[in-house]
Amino acid sequence: MMRYRKKVWILVAILIGLTPLGLLASGTAWGEWGTDEIKGLLGYIPQGLARLAGINHTPVLPDYSLPGLNGTFAGQAIGYYISAIVGVVVIILLVLGVGRLIVRK
Amino acid sequence: MHIPDGYLSPATCGTMYAISLPLWVRAGIVIRKTFTRRTVPTLALLSAFSFLIMMFNVPVPGGTTAHAVGGTLIAILLGPWAALIGESLALVVQAVFFGDGGITAIGANCFNMGFVLPFVGYFVYRAISWRSGLDTRRRWIGAAIGAYIGINVAALMAAVEFGIQPYLFHTATGVPLYCPYGLAQTIPAMLLAHSLIAGPVEAVITGGVVAFLGKYHPEMFKLNPYERSGK
Repeated sequence: MMRYRKKVWILVAILIGLTPLGLLASGTAWGEWGTDEIKGLLGYIPQGLARLAGINHTPVLPDYSLPGLNGTFAGQAIGYYISAIVGVVVIILLVLGVGRLIVRK
Repeated sequence: MHIPDGYLSPATCGTMYAISLPLWVRAGIVIRKTFTRRTVPTLALLSAFSFLIMMFNVPVPGGTTAHAVGGTLIAILLGPWAALIGESLALVVQAVFFGDGGITAIGANCFNMGFVLPFVGYFVYRAISWRSGLDTRRRWIGAAIGAYIGINVAALMAAVEFGIQPYLFHTATGVPLYCPYGLAQTIPAMLLAHSLIAGPVEAVITGGVVAFLGKYHPEMFKLNPYERSGK
């Protein structure tokens, strides 16, 4: 019987490998449209929404993609893989860090 | 369910941060009391697992998508307060690194997906699986039903936050300033996506993992401080 933690790592690796399946669903989640999509849906962009959506924040990997590699499915898949790995590593380090600050025992 | 920047007014965003702040503090206090340093890596892994689950977008009739979250699973294994911390950190990383969910909406998104989802899911699970053995049908069925209800109640919360915007915040002539859709549109849209698509996926993942762990790694359930104390 494999140790539990080794199994979890294998599961995480398999999930990362399968993440491009998440790209197959076309469309945006309800209520998560960008300003361009909102304009297409409504014919206008609500004023406050336009102002807040434009706040100065540039994600490193916007929408889990590498800017410039979005032309092909392969490019999107590479961006999605990199995003999955970056996200997993950052979240694990962040939870370990916060856990270290909080947990004393 | 990741509310972007611009859909909620600054007042709503501030309110949701104000609601989430004491919950984060309470979670920190509970975790300090009940966790040991050996439990933290499991929370880190489960948070990463939840992050990955959220990358699997599933199509919803009508041209949108939805995804499972995995918060009820963290609550079952480590307790609901640990789920709040793990999900909140995953949501912060999603907003900051990937622009998934707005920075201004982190309070709202953490309340919906980090608090409501795992707490509702967990209490339904506990009610159904009360005093049942770890390797019983009642366990994984309770986990699946809890996960299904948890994600749907969370989606309802998001729908209400979206849907109150056009009533409360509009121009003098009545043009919405933020989310343009009212409750009559947001609630059916969010509940359709989560009752038909994301909810069943969430139920299968949560029930499946709980069934597997109950059979092969029942000791995992003892990491949850409430399970240990029998409360």
